[in-house]
Amino acid sequence: MATEYWPNSRLRTKTGLGVWEHRGKVAVAGIGFAPTMRRWDGEDLSTSVGALTIVAAQKALDDAGISKGEIDGVVACPIGMGDNWGPESVTGRPYFAPPYDTEDGLIGTSADWLVKNMGLWNAKSTFHGAACFNTAMSVGAQVVGDGLANTILVIRGMGNPPGRYHQAPDTNYSGPRQWSAPFDWRLEPLIAYGFDQYCRKYGKTHDMVAPFVLNQRRNGLLMPEGYYAQHRPETPTKEDYLAARWVVKPMCIMDMDLPIQTAVAFVVTTGERARGMKQKPVYILTHCSQRGVVRSTTETLDETEAFAANIAGMCYEGSGLTARELDVFNPYDGYTLFTQYYLEAFGWHGVKRGEALDFYAGDIRVEGPHPFSSSGGNNGNGRTRSWGQYDCIQQLRGQAGRRQVRIKAETAIAGAFTPGTSDWTVYSTSPD
Amino acid sequence: MPKQSPIPDELDRPFWAACNEGRLVIQHCTRCDRLQHPPEPTCAQCGSADNLEWRQVSGRGRIYSYAVMYDTPVTVLQADQPFNIVVITLEEDPGIQMLSHLPGTTVDQVPWGASVQVEFETTPNGQKVPEWRVVG
Repeated sequence: MATEYWPNSRLRTKTGLGVWEHRGKVAVAGIGFAPTMRRWDGEDLSTSVGALTIVAAQKALDDAGISKGEIDGVVACPIGMGDNWGPESVTGRPYFAPPYDTEDGLIGTSADWLVKNMGLWNAKSTFHGAACFNTAMSVGAQVVGDGLANTILVIRGMGNPPGRYHQAPDTNYSGPRQWSAPFDWRLEPLIAYGFDQYCRKYGKTHDMVAPFVLNQRRNGLLMPEGYYAQHRPETPTKEDYLAARWVVKPMCIMDMDLPIQTAVAFVVTTGERARGMKQKPVYILTHCSQRGVVRSTTETLDETEAFAANIAGMCYEGSGLTARELDVFNPYDGYTLFTQYYLEAFGWHGVKRGEALDFYAGDIRVEGPHPFSSSGGNNGNGRTRSWGQYDCIQQLRGQAGRRQVRIKAETAIAGAFTPGTSDWTVYSTSPD
Repeated sequence: MPKQSPIPDELDRPFWAACNEGRLVIQHCTRCDRLQHPPEPTCAQCGSADNLEWRQVSGRGRIYSYAVMYDTPVTVLQADQPFNIVVITLEEDPGIQMLSHLPGTTVDQVPWGASVQVEFETTPNGQKVPEWRVVG
């Protein structure tokens, strides 16, 4: 039987739940990223997303210093981010021989696929998180905390097959999309129009985002695992940003992350077990998830800011931390025009509502006093929604290399995706 | 400009039928005296399905905010880009939003906060959809 999705009802989706019951008892013990590529060539199965997930998982195991026989569970976000490979009747592309005879392993990697094809013979428990790697991390933390498994791999493969991304040739729509599709209302217009409201409310302008984007790209070049560091070691300028073509104004192409093909894996285990592994444990203080419901057809700025505030409230309440105690902060940046909501809601380094874009004009370099988004994020590394989590672990271990922040790095938060729908993890070097 | 066609289902058929008659109707909970759109099987506030009715509204609203699409993945819209995508709020309840390409208004010259009036545009399958035009 295929692995089932972890229900939202078992996620921490509201304030008032208090400190997470497993605070400091679950830890990340290993991390691994596969090589990146812009797109899969559609032929070389050794670079399929399934194969890359095995590479990432093995790296995470090596990082933790354990064998695959010690893995007794897998949590996956099994959905890739690119378009489907088939079926042949639709795309003209036939599937391959097993294990590539379905989408599984070609566009995303399920827990079942990894267990079977990596030979994880001891992995008896498998779970799926629906939205992204951050969801899988929330599920994974709860799985280990609840004792459903002891030492697990949390994975996500991000497939990006040949062809232009997410084209929509459909001429008809039914269901919820019928209200928005005729007008081409999707996530990108939603983020762009939200930023338009933000600028009107706080008297800001799009060009004020440039320092943040350029710093993300700079941090990305300091991330050896990232796409730009591996394939496009370029340093864009403010002029490049201001001249970048509009995709949906006021969102330009440089506000959007680049779809790539790669995979990520973390080893998550009990704090007690992690202390016997190779790396210094990074403890999970809490996880939380936002599943916002809007009043009408689309999300308003008031709703967006309320969702972001709720996320911050859940993170602080569940972890027991305050804003002043948060060191490393990697909120999602897949669209750089919504990152300011997180920065302001969490109040990181004292930033208040309407102040984020001014904050970007300060010293946000990793060497400076306000090393915001030290991972370089998805804008600086390519679309995975996991660089922030990865960076948090490296920073708290003191293993971030040239990205290592100069400020204290004892606590960290990462999460994605939008303010309305996202999952977050709070980390610490200490279980207490 | 061409639009993808909605396909009505049991829940929203009254809305689309009214559009074909040139009327704008919105789901209304008589117990909560509250409009809701898009339509749902139950009232989002009281949870009841028993008090929902369709209420005709004036078709007047205001421009709330907008974006300009330059690179749409939607095939049928690509020939017309760039185009406005505008969020409209209804006069009867500013919490209720509808979308528009704002026909008659130059791209990126959207008068923020302006009054608008509904009209109805026929999509390829014959179903009419609400559109909005600046008035006054």
